[in-house]
Amino acid sequence: MRRRRTTLVAMPDAEQALAALADRMRGAIDFDARFVGIYSGGAWIAERLARMIDGDHPVGYIDVSFYRDDFSRKGLKPEVKRSTLPFDVEGATIVLIDDVLYTGRSVRAAINELFDYGRPARVELAVLVDRGGRELPIEATYTGVRLAVARDHSVVLSRAADGTLALATEAARA
Amino acid sequence: MRNPQLNAAGALTHLLTLEGLPAEIIVRVLDTAVPFVSIAERDVKKVPLLRGRSVFNLFFENSTRTRTTFEIAAKRLSADVINLNIGVSSTSKGETLLDTVDNLVAMNADMFVVRHAQSGAPHLIAAHLDRTGRTHVHVVNAGDGRHAHPTQGLLDLFTIRHYKHDFRNLTVAIVGDVLHSRVARSLIHGLTTLGTPEVRVIGPKTLLPTAVQSLGVQVHHDMREGIKGCDVIVMLRLQSERMRGALLPSTGEYFKHYGLTGEKLALARRDAIVMHPGPMNRGVEIDSAVADGERSVILPQVTFGIAVRMAVLSILAGN
Repeated sequence: MRRRRTTLVAMPDAEQALAALADRMRGAIDFDARFVGIYSGGAWIAERLARMIDGDHPVGYIDVSFYRDDFSRKGLKPEVKRSTLPFDVEGATIVLIDDVLYTGRSVRAAINELFDYGRPARVELAVLVDRGGRELPIEATYTGVRLAVARDHSVVLSRAADGTLALATEAARA
Repeated sequence: MRNPQLNAAGALTHLLTLEGLPAEIIVRVLDTAVPFVSIAERDVKKVPLLRGRSVFNLFFENSTRTRTTFEIAAKRLSADVINLNIGVSSTSKGETLLDTVDNLVAMNADMFVVRHAQSGAPHLIAAHLDRTGRTHVHVVNAGDGRHAHPTQGLLDLFTIRHYKHDFRNLTVAIVGDVLHSRVARSLIHGLTTLGTPEVRVIGPKTLLPTAVQSLGVQVHHDMREGIKGCDVIVMLRLQSERMRGALLPSTGEYFKHYGLTGEKLALARRDAIVMHPGPMNRGVEIDSAVADGERSVILPQVTFGIAVRMAVLSILAGN
């Protein structure tokens, strides 16, 4: 089923937000920080950031479906991707990367999963959009852009065939 | 009539047989199993998905391997696992199957993994739970009589897809004791649903069910002829313990005609894979050199079996 895409608040340009995020991370992150993108939007951003920021930043991916706290209510989503971390987590500096920071529940799930691979020295969080509305004490270390969006709407990141990122809002799923 | 495996929303709530299960549900299980394979490669081989849930293994018939792999699957999902070897407990004191189930539900069971010598026993339990409104309790058939062994069928499908990527151009041969094999029945249904163009069953007349063609398979009694051009060869265990009467002259004679040797394997495609659901009878249905050879994927089947069972348990628990 196709959901209605409406833009209630003016959406910022995703490419500009990405550039702003990269600016904030440059110089601030470790030269060998490992990037871990949260599927699917966070994975796209992690790949772009690894190319935009100097240093040795291998990219891994996490699908948090097996760690979510809403499994009892929603069940397992249809397409769970395989988490792949092609580096040692033990002792590493990890930058978790996500497209939208909202309640903080996905980030909590991602941190939990990360620790099942090893004990990182430090975990930071980079997000393209912070839309407020936190339900857990979690904050981003680096933020591209801050937005206020009505609770009944989701912010959705999409990627065009040429790799260009775009932001939109749509009516939230029940 | 509704498929008893699906709930009102059409989602999988019990796994009883692959017969009549829609292709998209089978594919979803296989897709979900992929990320579970990599969990076994991590430091912590566990995810918290079924934390706080109780999975009861109800084995009315012996099976070390299936029970163990279900137990590992449930534990890797962080469920609590309770193994009941029913053959030696309550039923011998006269309790009925459904009374046993009711008692375990009263102990807050969330899921039953059932192995039973009688075809239809898991179905009976599932229907009883649904009829009495306990739709949050799920049943997985871990093998019932000669009827079905759906998780074995799914792990066979997963293994075939892993090595061959697509079913729509494959020739699959299932060789041996099809008559007593619930594994064969489940695999045939799964292969057919996923669009496998050619499934062959190979065996002596005495070990093939009389109306086996009605499952949509080609029948061969000559193994050399049947194995030609196959991409996948599934060897079945000769189930001597289930045989009544003289179905075979001797196991030596059986090996001569239907045992998989290197010489017979050479008639299949050069990249054909060899599968076996275990436990194997070396020198009866399969030659040791083939079982341990480079075309054999018998041990990967076991590893994939855990991931597939994790996928089944987690999909059911979420529906």
